Amino acid sequence: MKAVVVGGGPAGLYFALLAKKANPSDQITVIERNPPDATFGWGVVFSEETLGALRDADFESYDEISTSFARWNAIDIYFRNSRIRSRGHVFTGISRKVLLNILQRRARQLGVDLVFGQEIGDLAALREADLLVGADGINGRVRQAYAEVFRPTQVLHPTKYVWFGTNLALDAFTFIFRRNQDGLFQVHAYPFDARTSTFIVECGEETWRRAGLDQASERDSIAYCEELFGEELNSRRLLSNRSLWVNFVTLRAETWHHENVVLLGDAAHTAHFSIGSGTKLAMEDAIALVDALRRHGQLEAALTDYEMDRQPVVERFQAAALESSRYFEDVSRYERFDPQPFAFNLLTRSGRISYVNLTLRDPAFVRSVDAWYAAAATGSANGAGRLTPPPMFAPLRLGALRLANRVAAAITGEDTARNGSPDEGHLRQLLSAAETGAALVLTEMTAVSPDGRVTSGSTGLYTVEHAEVWGRIVAAVHERAGARIALSLGHAGRRGSMRPRREGIDRPLRQGGWTVWSASPIAYTPRGQVPRAMDDGEMRKVIRQFTEAAELAGGCGFDLLELNLAHGYLLASFLSPLSNQRTDDYGGSLANRTRFPLAVVDAVRSRWKGPLAVKLSASDWMLAGFSLDDAVTVATALKHHGCDLIHAVMGQNVAESRPDYGRMFGVPAADRIRNEAEIPTLAAGNIPTSDEVNTILAAGRADLCLLDWLDSTPQ
Amino acid sequence: MNVGIGLPTTIPGTTGEVLVEWARKADAGPFSTLAVLDRVAYHSFDPFMALAAAAAVTRRVRLATMVVVAPLRNTVLLAKEAASLDALSGGRFTLGLAVGARGEDYKIAGVDQRGRGRRLSEQLEQVRGLWEDGRIAPQPDGRPGPPLLVGGSSGEALARMARYADGYAHGGGPARAFASAAAKARAAWLDAGRPGTPALWGMAYFALGAGSAESGANYLRHYYAFTGPFAEKVAAANLTSADAVIDFLRGYRDAGCDELILFPTLSASDQVDQLADIVS
Repeated sequence: MKAVVVGGGPAGLYFALLAKKANPSDQITVIERNPPDATFGWGVVFSEETLGALRDADFESYDEISTSFARWNAIDIYFRNSRIRSRGHVFTGISRKVLLNILQRRARQLGVDLVFGQEIGDLAALREADLLVGADGINGRVRQAYAEVFRPTQVLHPTKYVWFGTNLALDAFTFIFRRNQDGLFQVHAYPFDARTSTFIVECGEETWRRAGLDQASERDSIAYCEELFGEELNSRRLLSNRSLWVNFVTLRAETWHHENVVLLGDAAHTAHFSIGSGTKLAMEDAIALVDALRRHGQLEAALTDYEMDRQPVVERFQAAALESSRYFEDVSRYERFDPQPFAFNLLTRSGRISYVNLTLRDPAFVRSVDAWYAAAATGSANGAGRLTPPPMFAPLRLGALRLANRVAAAITGEDTARNGSPDEGHLRQLLSAAETGAALVLTEMTAVSPDGRVTSGSTGLYTVEHAEVWGRIVAAVHERAGARIALSLGHAGRRGSMRPRREGIDRPLRQGGWTVWSASPIAYTPRGQVPRAMDDGEMRKVIRQFTEAAELAGGCGFDLLELNLAHGYLLASFLSPLSNQRTDDYGGSLANRTRFPLAVVDAVRSRWKGPLAVKLSASDWMLAGFSLDDAVTVATALKHHGCDLIHAVMGQNVAESRPDYGRMFGVPAADRIRNEAEIPTLAAGNIPTSDEVNTILAAGRADLCLLDWLDSTPQ
Repeated sequence: MNVGIGLPTTIPGTTGEVLVEWARKADAGPFSTLAVLDRVAYHSFDPFMALAAAAAVTRRVRLATMVVVAPLRNTVLLAKEAASLDALSGGRFTLGLAVGARGEDYKIAGVDQRGRGRRLSEQLEQVRGLWEDGRIAPQPDGRPGPPLLVGGSSGEALARMARYADGYAHGGGPARAFASAAAKARAAWLDAGRPGTPALWGMAYFALGAGSAESGANYLRHYYAFTGPFAEKVAAANLTSADAVIDFLRGYRDAGCDELILFPTLSASDQVDQLADIVS
């Protein structure tokens, strides 16, 4: 085989040497436009796993690499005048220049033809080889030449960052967070040999402009950063190497091969620097490609196999990198955290490391987080050092209510109620929800009036008889299960008058239905009933119904009252601009759209003495719809109106939207509301195990979690 | 986990005789379900016609579409065909629906591809309503109609599934991909407030016996040619040995699959026998 490799970075060189080694009769040429010793950037990071792959692929180069690298196992987090150290994260770093020199030597030794200082000319001529490898980086010409096949997309990240080196020898991967008069700056630094470290500075664009860094020369930038991080640098210097402030670009390509052309490394994909995986992915690509070429006689089959092997891996890293980059973009949200939860949140930011993973790596660190959590939860300063439970088992205080742990379980309505009255089935469901060990169980959405029911089998709380049955259920849950019970109270609005949900939802009743109400006369589904727009009289009536239900709920002994402002039901229909097109005081601006729901909350708050929660759809999952920004504003208002907890859910305000049901899909909303509106949150949505619960709680993304729980034995 | 087998309705060169013989063998074998794919602009049999023929020569095996491209069809006639097939087969039918991925099917049917998701939502609601009304087809055992599955990988498809269907029809891939889709399907179901749990169906392709791998791969390259480079990936994932099939079945079982359908890529009826040996 004759192969031409464009680009003499780690991907191209490693591919060339592995291919030549696998088949010494192959003719492999690497064309690099820079001289052999020119390199940009400082050090690169590898995990243990990557080193294992490098060892298996070529022991000779691995041996040289492993004698040249810096090795460490700690992550240091400098935040608010404290340093938190977490151990057990094994990394190695190596100078990019040393790595390239090793790979160049090894490639030459194996007989690879290395051509430096040469621009590639005509790609078509290069394609006369059996294989053309595009390893020419994010701006690579090979990908650009066949862009209509590879179909690349590029996303520009909003923060500014710059790569410096420093002659400070670190002994840990180091994150530094420092706020000055211009804003918040963060540093990602790691050693790569005994004397030198990579030192990346990142900040938001506004901060960057306020600091004058948009106008600054390289020298001025260094002076600014040396002063800002003087304490950590300990009078060492920052070193430049074409160190310019840039925005990171995430590159994706639909496919990485076309006929006899294939892409490797940054030419095919990039992942945000904050998870330090660019070189690792590039070298793993090279290993996979050589492996595929060896296994398949046909080029097309080999390149397909390579792509199938690598794309899922790269996608996972890109997803993790995206989470990580978002964390750094929004990190000012967490500045009020204490150092322990701040550090835990940072370490688990990308979704790759959970509470359990971190416990395996550094039990002492996790114990310190548990201790902090227990102390904060109990208000006792003596938590530290004692036997401390994982955060899931820390108590939660909401007003006068004390929950024994941080797990809630909700039941799904079976539509068995008669005239709104719950029955033995509801009690059985709530008891089995409590048997999960959850400290709090939530009823299905229970209606404030007959017209507020979803189906004719929905539960209600609008008669004295209902209150008697609910009172017995509450007492049974307290006595037999030892759990607390929340009443989820709502009005179905335009999602009412539906058929039983076992055979599908939002399917209107043909007979025996009732008139439905909403903010505006827009049916929930195309074939659904067109609701009547709420008028003043109807609004007063609904407010009265909510307050009467709240009073009855008090008599029943419910521990928590949750009002439903979610999922397109009546109150949510006012919040969303997609369902509220009113021109009066209750439509238009967000403040107007919030007016009626807030009036209901106020009225209920005045009659209900216990803790009050609001279930809020934090986004319509539609471009022109209610957004997460809106949700933060509404949650802030709810807090000022006496609400104690936000149960953050997503979507369903309109029937057709663009939902995402990925793992922990509601957590970003719970996180933002908790840490921007500064109100406790209940996180929900694809939270399958206690590991997710502990991770969410310890990272300060929510205060309580609704564990996904399907009652597998319905009767 | 139940294991079903596909009918070779989309494999060029398949005759009616082959389909009937295939169905008989599947009924006699260890398979839970006999399923069909749907394509319009292709040399393939109509899914309902093929299953009707299969229904006539089988007694035990369940029948399913995996999946039919609903927006191409008149909703009332679709509901009637499906209910008729269910009645003809004595209540053995499961109707899987999706929007499909092939532009040329929409083009030849003269249906606008835009808005197909919303159209499918309306169709699902309407089909259920028509069945429950009981005016357009016989109802075996007084049931309103066959179980409904919805396919598609987007969040929209999962929401639609949770809102109107009884289960989810996954479009194929490694067990890990199925597990991830299944978790999302369950999450969508729970989020929608639907009682019970969704049935989770998976699918894969196979070609067994000496010399089968290459022709199976060629068929898949042709069938998926519209996807561009993806076709090669589907071809490469074809299960071409007993070990590969067994590994795959284990992976899907562990991922929580309720019903896995293995579709043929060759129409020689010894494919049924070879798969039956492995499955049993």
